[in-house]
Amino acid sequence: MAIGATTTLRARLFGSPGNASLSLLIVALLLWGLTHGLDWAVLSAQFRPDAEACRALDHAGACWGVIAEKHSQILFGRYPQQEMWRPALATALLLALLGQSFLRPRAGLVWAWAVVAAVVLLLLGGGAFGLAAVGAERWGGLPLTLLLSLAGIAGALPLGVLLALGRRSALPAISVPCGAYIELVRGVPLVSLLFLASFLLPLFLPQGLTMGVLGRVLIGLILFAAAYLAEVVRGGLQAVPEAQRLQAAALGLGYWQTQRWVILPQALRLALPALMNSFISTIKETSVVTVVSLYELTGALTLALAGDPDWRPFFLEGYLFIAAIYWLICFALSRLSLRFEHRRARP
Amino acid sequence: MDLRFCLLPALLALLLSPPAEAGKTLDAVKARKELFCGVSTGLAGFSASDSRGNWQGLDVDICKAIAAAVVGDPSRVRWTPVNAQQRFASLQSGEIDLLSRNTTWTLTRDASLGLHFTGVVFYDGQGFMVAKKSKITAARQLANAEVCVQSGTTTEKNLSDYSRAQNLKLKPVVFESFEASLKAFFSGRCRAYTTDATSLATILQREVKNPGDYAILPELISKEPLGPVVRRGDDEWFAIVKWVVNALIEAEELGITQANVDAQKASGDPAVLRLLGVAEDLGKSLQLDRDWAYRAIKAVGNYGEIYERNLGSASPVKLARGANRLWSKGGLIYAPPLR
Amino acid sequence: MVERRRYWRAFAYQALAIAAIVAALAYLAHNTAQNLQSRGIPSGFDFLLQAAGFDIGDSLVSFSAGEPYWQALLAGLANTLRVAGPAIVLTTLLGTALGLGRLSSNALLAGLCGAYVEVFRNIPLLLQLLAWYFVLTDLLPPFDEAWRLGGAATLSKSGLSLFGASLTPEFLAVLFGLVCYSAAYMAEIVRAGFGAVPRSQTEAAAALGMAGRDIQLQVVLPQALRLIMPAAANQFLSLTKNSSLAIAVGYPDLVSVANTALNQTGRALECVSLIMGVYLALSLATAIAMRVIERRLAWP
Repeated sequence: MAIGATTTLRARLFGSPGNASLSLLIVALLLWGLTHGLDWAVLSAQFRPDAEACRALDHAGACWGVIAEKHSQILFGRYPQQEMWRPALATALLLALLGQSFLRPRAGLVWAWAVVAAVVLLLLGGGAFGLAAVGAERWGGLPLTLLLSLAGIAGALPLGVLLALGRRSALPAISVPCGAYIELVRGVPLVSLLFLASFLLPLFLPQGLTMGVLGRVLIGLILFAAAYLAEVVRGGLQAVPEAQRLQAAALGLGYWQTQRWVILPQALRLALPALMNSFISTIKETSVVTVVSLYELTGALTLALAGDPDWRPFFLEGYLFIAAIYWLICFALSRLSLRFEHRRARP
Repeated sequence: MDLRFCLLPALLALLLSPPAEAGKTLDAVKARKELFCGVSTGLAGFSASDSRGNWQGLDVDICKAIAAAVVGDPSRVRWTPVNAQQRFASLQSGEIDLLSRNTTWTLTRDASLGLHFTGVVFYDGQGFMVAKKSKITAARQLANAEVCVQSGTTTEKNLSDYSRAQNLKLKPVVFESFEASLKAFFSGRCRAYTTDATSLATILQREVKNPGDYAILPELISKEPLGPVVRRGDDEWFAIVKWVVNALIEAEELGITQANVDAQKASGDPAVLRLLGVAEDLGKSLQLDRDWAYRAIKAVGNYGEIYERNLGSASPVKLARGANRLWSKGGLIYAPPLR
Repeated sequence: MVERRRYWRAFAYQALAIAAIVAALAYLAHNTAQNLQSRGIPSGFDFLLQAAGFDIGDSLVSFSAGEPYWQALLAGLANTLRVAGPAIVLTTLLGTALGLGRLSSNALLAGLCGAYVEVFRNIPLLLQLLAWYFVLTDLLPPFDEAWRLGGAATLSKSGLSLFGASLTPEFLAVLFGLVCYSAAYMAEIVRAGFGAVPRSQTEAAAALGMAGRDIQLQVVLPQALRLIMPAAANQFLSLTKNSSLAIAVGYPDLVSVANTALNQTGRALECVSLIMGVYLALSLATAIAMRVIERRLAWP
C-alpha cells in the first residue's frame, strides 16, 4: 500500500518530462517564497513590544511586537482592561461549543447552547454574581464577532424556515411575497441592509420604542441571512421525497403537523451541511458591521492601532493576525462539517 | 429539528438590552439615573477615553455637567462612541439622549435631520494639515492635490467650496471613519488632511510621533460652530441642555469656579446668588431643583476652566482661546441672562 | 364537500396572508410618516435635482460639485461598474486557471491551487481589501520616488500609472481584493464543472478517434460550461454586490456616494432605497443576460 502510494505520487510529480519540469519550477518557487516568508515572519522579526526596534526594522522583518502590545484591545475591543478574563472565557466557551456542534450536531446541544448563551451574556454584561456591569457599547472584538454570527443565524433560521415553506406553498398569496422577499434581499449588498438597519429602523419603529445599535445591526444581519437560509432550507425541503408528505396526509396529519414532525426534521437534516456553510459565511460577513461603527474583530483592530502613532505603521501584522484567527475558525469549522458530511454519507 | 430555535432567548435579551426612551427625555434620564451621551470615537481634547475607559474632553465635560445638573452625579453617564455618519441616527433612534461630539451647526442639519442644536460650545474653522517635507506652506499650493477627508462631516462640502472658489481642483479621498482617514493620511496617501483646525492641533499633539514633521496651514476655510444636539420635539430637554451650557458660561463671567463655588454661595452679588439657587429658584422653570447650576459647576468648573483643562494651557495642546474667549474679553462666548 | 372546504380554507389563508402583509407595511409606513413629521424631516426625491456640492476624487465620468445629486450617483454607479467589470474578467481568468490547476495531474500544482482556495475564501473579503489597501499605500514609495518600469508605468502611493492612464490605490485595492477573493470561489465552480463531466465521455470520444485537444474542446468543455455558467453568473453578481465594500477603503462607488448624499441631505429613506433599487436592477439585468447566453449555449 505504502509503495503503491509512493509510486502514484512519483507518477503524479515526475510522470512526464513536462510534469517533471513543472514540479521543479513549483518547488523552486515554493523554496524562494518560503525562505523569504520565513525570513520576514520569523528570522528577521521583532517579537518584543518595542516600537523603536520595530521602526528600525523598516518592514524588512515582521513586527509581532504590535500583537504582544495590543492583543487584548484587538481581541476584545474597548472592554475594560481589568475585566479581560470575562470576554476571554466567553470566547473560549463559544468556540468550544461551536466546534462540538459542527463535529457532532444533535438535538441535545440546544440545551447546551441555551446555557452557554446565558453564561456568555452574563459574563459580558455582568451586573450579577459580583461581576461589574459592562454596557453593550463596550463589547467588541472576537466575542462580538461570534455573538453576532450566532445570534444572527439563530434569529435567521426560524425566519428562513418560514420563508422557505412559504415559497413552496401552493397558495400564490403566500408564495409570491416570500419569493419576492428572498430575491430582493439576495439581490442587494449586505451594506445596504446594514444602512437600512442603522438609518431607517429608527424611523420604522413606533415613537417611544428605541433600540441600540447592536440590536439594530443584528436585525439587519438576520433579515439578510434569513433570505439565504431560506434557499438552503428550500433545497432540503425539495430533497424530501413527495411520498413522505402523502403518507403523512394519509395518516391524517394537517399541514403544520406534517411539516413539523415529518418534512422539516428530514429537510433540515439534509440541509445541515449547507446550513453549516451559511454559518461560516456569516462569520466572515460580520466583519462588514464595522462600517456602521460596531467594533467587532476587524473594527477593534482599526481602533487599537489607528490612534497610536507608535504602532500605526504595523497594520499589516495586525491584519495577518486577525486573518489567521478568521481563517482558523472558518477553516476548522468547514473541515468539521466535511467530516460530518462524510460520516453521514456512509450508511 | 436538530437546530431548534435555541438562541432565541439570548437574542431577545440582546435586542432589549439598551432600554432608552424617546419623547420625554428628562423623565427617562431621571428614572434611570443615567445620561446616555454620544461622543466621538476618540478625538483628544473633545472626547477621548483612556485605556481604563475614562472619558475626557470638552464635549465630555458638557455631558458630565448635564448629568450633574439633572441626575445629581457627573459620573452617571453612559458613553456611546459614535462615528460621524452614525451620530444623527443614534440620536434619532433614542440610543443617546444627547449628542456632544464636535458637531457643526448648519442650517440643513438643524432644519432637516429631525434634531436641534442647543447652541455653540466651541467656535472652530476648517484647516489643512500637510507633511513638512512636502514644502507646502499655504493652501493655494495644494492645486490638484489629493486630500483625505472623513465622510459624514461638513468638511467634504467645505473642501469642494474652497476648491471651486480658489480653482484648486482638489481631489477628495473619502473614508467612512475618522480612524481610516487618519491612517490613510499618515501612510502618505494624501498630500493634505482636512478637518476642523482644533482637531488638527490635537491630532498633531496626540496622534503623531514627531509633531515637527507636520504643519497646519494658516488658512481657515470655513466656520465650524460646534455644539450639543438633541432630538426635535422635546422642548424641555432642549431647554435644559441649552441652559446648563449657558450656566457654565455665566459662571465664568461671574468668576465662579469649581474651587470657590461653595464660598460663592455666601457672595453679595445677586447674580451669583441667583445662579447658585440661593436667592431664587431658577431650576423650577427647567423642571430641575434649585441646585442644578451649583452641581454642574462643582462637577466640571466654569466654561473657562473646562477649556483650559482640555484644550488650553492646562492641556497638552495649549491652544489660545481665540474666538472662544468670553464676549466681554473680545471673544464670541456669550450666555443670555440667567434670570 | 372536502374539495369545497379545501378551497375555502386556501382562500381564507391567502386573504389572511395578504391582510397581514398589508397591515405590516401600513404599520411601518404609518410609523415612518409619523416619525418624519414629528421630527420635521423632509422626504422625497426632489433633492436629486439640487447641486451636490461635493467632489468625487476619482471618477470615470466627469463630475464636479456644481452638478446635481443624480449625476453624482450616476458617477458612483459608473465607478462601481468600472471596478466590477475588470474584476469579473480577471476573476474568470484567475479562477479558471486555479480550477484547472486543481484538476492537474501534477500533485504539487493541484495542492498549491487547493491551498490558495482554502486560504483566500476563509478570510473575510473586507479584511483582504483593507490589507491590500495598506500594502498599496503604506508600503509603496511616495510619488516622487515611484517605482518605474521603463517610461510606461510608475507605481507609488498615488497608484499605478500606465501609459498616462492612472489608477488610484483605492481602485487597485478593491480590484485586487475582489479578484483574489472571488477567484477562490470561481476555482471551485470550475473544478466542480469539469469534475462533473463523466470520464466515460472522454473515453467514448477517444474511442471515436477524436484527438485529445478536440475531446477537451468539443466534448468536455461544452458540458462543463453548462454547469459552470449559472454558478459563475451567481458569482459575478455577488462580486458586484461585494464591490460595495469599497466604502471601507475610500473608493467612491455607488454606495459610498449615496452614503455621502445621505449624510449631506439626511434623506436616509431615499438614499438607501436608491442603493437597493440599483443593485436589484443590476441583478435582474445579469439574470436576463445569463438566460440569453444559456439559451445560446443550449445543448441540442
